[in-house]
Amino acid sequence: MISKTLINEFEALLGKENVLSDEIDRHAYSFDAAVLESRVPSLVLLPTETEQLGTIVKKCYDEGLHITVRGSGSNLSGGTIPDSLDTVVISTGKLNKILEINTHDLYAVVEPGVVTENLAKEVVAKGLFYPPDPGSQSISTLGGNIAENAGGLRGLKYGVTKDYVMGLEFYDYEGQLVKTGSRTVKCVTGYNLAGLMVASEGTLGIISKAILKLVPPPKASKAMMAIFDDVQKASEAVAGIIAAHVVPCTLEFLDHATINYVEEDTHIGLPKDADALLLIEVDGHPGQVADEAEIVEKVLKECGATDIHVARNDDEKAKIWAGRRNALPALARLRPTTVLEDATVPRSQIPAMVKALNEIAKKYNVQMGTFGHAGDGNLHPTILCDRRDHEEFVRVEAAVDEIFNVALELNGTLSGEHGIGTAKAKWLEKETSRGTIMFSRRMRKAIDPKGLFNSQKLVGI
Amino acid sequence: MNDMEQLRQSLVKIDDLLASCMRCGNCQAVCPVYTQTRREADVARGKIVLLQNLAYELIKDPKAVEERLTRCLLCGACEHNCSTGVKTLDIFIEGRIALTQYLKLSPLKKLIFQSLLTHPKLFSRAIHTGSLFQGLVLRRQQNAQKTATAPLLKHFLGARHMPTLPKQQLHDKYGVLTGDKSKKINVIFYPGCMTDKVYTQIGDAVIKLLNHYGVGVIMPDDFSCCGLPALASGDKVGYDTLVKNNISVFERLLTDDVQYIVSACPSCTETLHKWWVRLSENYSEKDREILKKISEKAIDIHAFLYSVLKVDTKDPVAKENAVKITYHESCHLKKSLGVSKEVLELLKLNDNYTLVEMAEADKCCGCGGSFTLTQPELSLKIGTRKGLNIMKSGAEEVVAACPACMMQIADILGRNNSNIKVKHSLEIIAENLK
Repeated sequence: MISKTLINEFEALLGKENVLSDEIDRHAYSFDAAVLESRVPSLVLLPTETEQLGTIVKKCYDEGLHITVRGSGSNLSGGTIPDSLDTVVISTGKLNKILEINTHDLYAVVEPGVVTENLAKEVVAKGLFYPPDPGSQSISTLGGNIAENAGGLRGLKYGVTKDYVMGLEFYDYEGQLVKTGSRTVKCVTGYNLAGLMVASEGTLGIISKAILKLVPPPKASKAMMAIFDDVQKASEAVAGIIAAHVVPCTLEFLDHATINYVEEDTHIGLPKDADALLLIEVDGHPGQVADEAEIVEKVLKECGATDIHVARNDDEKAKIWAGRRNALPALARLRPTTVLEDATVPRSQIPAMVKALNEIAKKYNVQMGTFGHAGDGNLHPTILCDRRDHEEFVRVEAAVDEIFNVALELNGTLSGEHGIGTAKAKWLEKETSRGTIMFSRRMRKAIDPKGLFNSQKLVGI
Repeated sequence: MNDMEQLRQSLVKIDDLLASCMRCGNCQAVCPVYTQTRREADVARGKIVLLQNLAYELIKDPKAVEERLTRCLLCGACEHNCSTGVKTLDIFIEGRIALTQYLKLSPLKKLIFQSLLTHPKLFSRAIHTGSLFQGLVLRRQQNAQKTATAPLLKHFLGARHMPTLPKQQLHDKYGVLTGDKSKKINVIFYPGCMTDKVYTQIGDAVIKLLNHYGVGVIMPDDFSCCGLPALASGDKVGYDTLVKNNISVFERLLTDDVQYIVSACPSCTETLHKWWVRLSENYSEKDREILKKISEKAIDIHAFLYSVLKVDTKDPVAKENAVKITYHESCHLKKSLGVSKEVLELLKLNDNYTLVEMAEADKCCGCGGSFTLTQPELSLKIGTRKGLNIMKSGAEEVVAACPACMMQIADILGRNNSNIKVKHSLEIIAENLK
């Protein structure tokens, strides 16, 4: 239980309106976007200045209160669900200032609660480009992106969030400010703590500021859609494109089920008899784009694409991407509960993975559609169900377990971009090793001796 | 069954609607209230969880849930933006009805919704009396928005700028209009309270436009309020009485010669088109049939002019010294009724004006009907953002296609001593017509 005195202290520090202690308000912070049990925190704080974070952490730590940091709560692995009933949720939503966009040295400095898309837009307005584009970018925060190492559609060519973190500031359990990295391209002063914080899922400290790399935008791009009557051929095309030394900025995949669900929902003219669709975009210098588009088209033909549409203008390009953009919504509309996974396999294993997914769907009698980032093997098998139907949900959970099993058997990974959280924590040892878990826990113990930072997440403590 | 059990049952009834939310949080990107407060309980996803938790007894305080539920403009931005198609407006309306049934309506609201609005003649007389005596409390501001403040009622109204009431209400000015059988098209004009009693110039413009384009106008003098204010307060009793009053009027007027029902108030149009049918479960078969007919015929006047009459808007070249106007997209018009380009195209008919774009043109103005009274601080913050965008646009006048938006925007601009005028789009469109 949190003492009234402590609440008063927080109110004095943050202002009354930024301390939510009413039961009702706390209920609104008991969940995130993952399909998991919710837990109501004992207090929610909305700091308005990054300096307040240090004081908050120290006070919580002294009182032995659990701490869960929350950006927008778009997490898909339960990373922002409180660990215990005496958890204090620190919401970074009001720490949302873009502090600097430097067009000469190509970086931006942001507070952790800046929404990804807001930064991307501001950066575009200044003639630059921040590539990471997680699906939730219209609400996700950069602090959350860093803590989860968020990916997105552009991962294949442009990398993911970790590739853009030049430096960080964060508060440790004593409320001390830690600084790591810098505004320079090169920087080897000390441990790469910024690297450690990326994907740490709120278990090591609280990010208060980030220096993010920006790049010049591509001058041209070209999008195309290829239709396949066999997922194996589509997969060979993916490998063929890379083997031909073309790295598209996006290389997306829709399976037969997803194609049909999208078409039934939106009537945008997708071929319902296709076994797989590839959506490809190349970008860069206009000359390079023309060359690469030609190579891609050649590879697609050689690999047996039954049809290829190349967008001739922006309208056609938008149409091509509408199919991909509508994939998750079309699936999610089918049933009340959407279980969205992100098991990832090496590119070459996509046909084996898709085959296994179809078998799993059949075996457990669950409704499933798969789409995702073919270029990096990051598929999103999506199970549609109704969580209120206990019998059905038991089958769904068994199917998810088997998806992880198959991904690992194919030398893949549990999570390409959604994180481990609590959803996949029990699988972590199977992908890594006992030693990995113990090493991680010892490290955690040193950094968070009382085990209060998002304690149930990742490797446990 | 006790009251609490009844409340839970009514929430469980909408469980399928609630369960369709996958909690992705994308509503955060567009919610005007969340943008201000960054609180999860203020955005659709959070409110849905609160209703679920109340239904399943995880929360035991209906009053607190109701308080959070009223922190919503019913602007529909979340529903419009929801990729999985969650019917948030249905959820919030049903939720408010269930909670109000349990908590009971405040005496003041009961008086207004159930005793005043349900008696249109009495309501008109009350407003008329108000118009006679408004000089006693209102101080007219000599500003571009022609608003007034009420220093004596500062305690209740703060620094709010309000429109003054016209001497004559619309139905008094025109009497009963019965249409014209010689015309190819006859329409029923449903003015709505704001147009009938406050901004009668909108009604003048509607009648002028319909006459100009050869459309017969039917306008009775006994329409009641459409019921949206009662509904937004969860008052199903007052709402039902208002709808039934109107059903009897429409029953009388809806002959085979009447093709459309037009209104210049998108909130009224949305209510006639959507809510009346949607919430008619317990009505008689006959009433439901009438409501279905009303729903099919109800159309926003801009959509009527543009899509039905196909008014020619070709070659609209603004004059050199044209007045710069900027267009605010009303939530109920754009997000609920899908009408947007129709207004912009029609505005080109008047070459004395030229359009300039404002940032966030389709963000809510912060009025939200009674929201502006129950949540004055939030309403003012949201409105101020709108006001700044209007002022930054460089426009000399701001145009809205909704009387409620006009009132809110005039308040905001008045408070900021702005010299930007506020007009309804129809005023501009009709201005040049002989």
